[in-house]
Amino acid sequence: MDTLLRLQNLKKHYATQKAVDDISFDIEKGSIFGLLGPNGAGKTTLLRMITGIFYPDEGHILLDGNPFNPIEDINKIGYMPEERGLYKKMKIGEQALYLAQLKGLSKAEATEKIMYWFKKLEMETWWNKKVEDLSKGMSQKLQFVITVLHEPKLIILDEPFSGLDPLNANLIKDEIFGLAKKGATIIFSTHRMEQVEEICDHIVLVNLGKKILDGTVADIKQMYKENIFAIETHQIESITDNAIFSVVRKEGSKVLVKINDGYTSNQVLTHIIQNNHPIVAYNEFLPSLNDIFIKLVESTHATARAFQNI
Amino acid sequence: MHKIWLIIQREYLTRVKNKRFLLVTFLMPLLIIGLIFGSAYLTSTGAEHRKIAVVDPNGFIKTSLKNTSQIDFEFPNNVDTSNYTSKGYTDILILPNFDSAKKTNYILRSKKSMGLMMQNSISDKINSAIEDQMLQEAGIRQNVLDSIHKASQFAELKAYEDKGKASKESSAGLAMGIGYASGFLIYITLFIYGTMVMRGVMEEKTNRIAEVIISSVKPFELMLGKIIGIGAVGLTQFAMWIILITSLTSVGMSMLPPDLQHQVTTLQQTNGQMGGAAGMAQASESAMRIYNMQHTIATANWPLIIGCFIFYFLGGYLFYSALFAAVGSVVNEDPQDAQSLMFPITMPIIFSYLITNMVTQNPNTTLAFWASIIPFSSPMVMMARIAYGVPSAVSYWELGLSMILLIAGFLFTTWLSGKIYRTGILMYGKKVNWKTMFKWAFTKQF
Repeated sequence: MDTLLRLQNLKKHYATQKAVDDISFDIEKGSIFGLLGPNGAGKTTLLRMITGIFYPDEGHILLDGNPFNPIEDINKIGYMPEERGLYKKMKIGEQALYLAQLKGLSKAEATEKIMYWFKKLEMETWWNKKVEDLSKGMSQKLQFVITVLHEPKLIILDEPFSGLDPLNANLIKDEIFGLAKKGATIIFSTHRMEQVEEICDHIVLVNLGKKILDGTVADIKQMYKENIFAIETHQIESITDNAIFSVVRKEGSKVLVKINDGYTSNQVLTHIIQNNHPIVAYNEFLPSLNDIFIKLVESTHATARAFQNI
Repeated sequence: MHKIWLIIQREYLTRVKNKRFLLVTFLMPLLIIGLIFGSAYLTSTGAEHRKIAVVDPNGFIKTSLKNTSQIDFEFPNNVDTSNYTSKGYTDILILPNFDSAKKTNYILRSKKSMGLMMQNSISDKINSAIEDQMLQEAGIRQNVLDSIHKASQFAELKAYEDKGKASKESSAGLAMGIGYASGFLIYITLFIYGTMVMRGVMEEKTNRIAEVIISSVKPFELMLGKIIGIGAVGLTQFAMWIILITSLTSVGMSMLPPDLQHQVTTLQQTNGQMGGAAGMAQASESAMRIYNMQHTIATANWPLIIGCFIFYFLGGYLFYSALFAAVGSVVNEDPQDAQSLMFPITMPIIFSYLITNMVTQNPNTTLAFWASIIPFSSPMVMMARIAYGVPSAVSYWELGLSMILLIAGFLFTTWLSGKIYRTGILMYGKKVNWKTMFKWAFTKQF
């Protein structure tokens, strides 16, 4: 697949801290990319450099193989910041028109596209309403429409589902998949790991201005698996620690076991069969992204602290 | 360039379409004209009438004391302080036995207290009556005295300013009025439109729309678009006011009684003369007054004044509104912060206004000169001086220097504020003071 966006050794220092410290990664065309990290990790600074709001101190950004030129390429990007921003007193139709024109659309083009999206997301009656009359979820929907209206190649969504009810969240999620299918590349920034697992193809985790994880969701899970298997059985009580495995925890009819070094999963299975436990299911237990996230962030903080102590 | 034009349009249209703008634009001239005509009407008709009983034991001023339209002096007998009200007098004036050698007091007793103007007028009347009396005693006859009085009323001070060979009639009163009015107007509008810019920037920041827009345009474009858009609103308002006031005045003039209008036109054609003293008598007092007003207004160099006013309004507005925008960009949700950060901007505006008040009376002091050159105060102070005439009060090089410095000034403040704005508009949750703002402006950011 082609690379749409390539970041090379990006650095951005503020007076007191290194907000982004030597970060590089590629984003493929048409993929849904997750940019993860705890609060204050440097995500917003990174996104602001990608959107051309900030200039990197060092490093390069390549868009479609060419150096990123904020003035021209800005129209190819749609950015929905975490904090929603709309003029409260302005009519919704006029507002969408204004923001679309700022992205370089002509008035006629913009009107046509707004009508298309308003119809699609059942917002036709909103045109003459003001933003202050909308609920939080409704203005979220409007913000999404405004972000994707000019058909950007690169769509950056910062926490797009916050404040949306499950129905509307699904609606937006389907639109995101649809846009990716049509060839748009989406950068998705969130703290909600279950959404990342569901939506993203590829993720990057940053903390303290550094990239600490980069890969596809499946690869990362493989990378961080800990040889834990889940045994589903009707007799969980009788499964106990032995030479082959040790029990991690029991939940419902499942027992999670960690295979001791030197043994394989088949030996676990054989052991259970030999002990005559009725097996319902046996499969490898992969860590959730949430667990990986917490583990990695905590360890980098610990190293950071350890360095400071020296 | 296309994008900044879109921003200007939005800023302009949302404000001009606002009901409050329309209300202020249309009500203000009505209010001003109503105030002028209303007060004129009240003073001409609603003045109180006093009937004063004079107790003059010597009969000293009986023949010389003249009645006016508002005061009737009568010399009844058997009136004293206990019964003047029951006999239908509003006041009683008691003269002592007159002794020309020393100053003495008259006593005035009233049922209702008397205004200062009327007291002065009565005092003048009595003094001139005494003066007449003394002149007559010295042998001047009454009719000679009357003709002297009448003749002396005709003299009127007309000041001319020398402009090379030609001299032009000038009016210090008008100059003061114009200077004061334009200084005040610039003062008020700097505040109104400056805070409008600041509130607009704060709105964008607290609504977080700034981040959305800045992903489409440069922060500087957003700031400049707002400043220009709101400045255009200000110009529109002035244009509307000028049109409304001139059209309302001409409507007002056409509603005057036809014979009065006729007299005014005749006065205009004859350049204020209606065949000498006899003609004067023909023209009524009010026609004369209207003619004089028009004549005085015409002495001012209006194209210059209006041109300079627009220049200094725009220059001052651009100079200060950029600073207001910078303040708006660093304020978080708390309007209290805005108050304290605004202080260093509002102080020079208020000081300039105070200086303007002095300069309207003395346009050529050293303070007036410097204050009209320095961009912080020049928009107001220079307007007050220009009203006295260019080049008689303000020489061309002074005006040019002041204008150039003002342009340089607003370019500088816009540049400075652009730097502060760029950092401030995306900075949340940090309390900022002017020191940090300057640090942002003068160190490389982003």
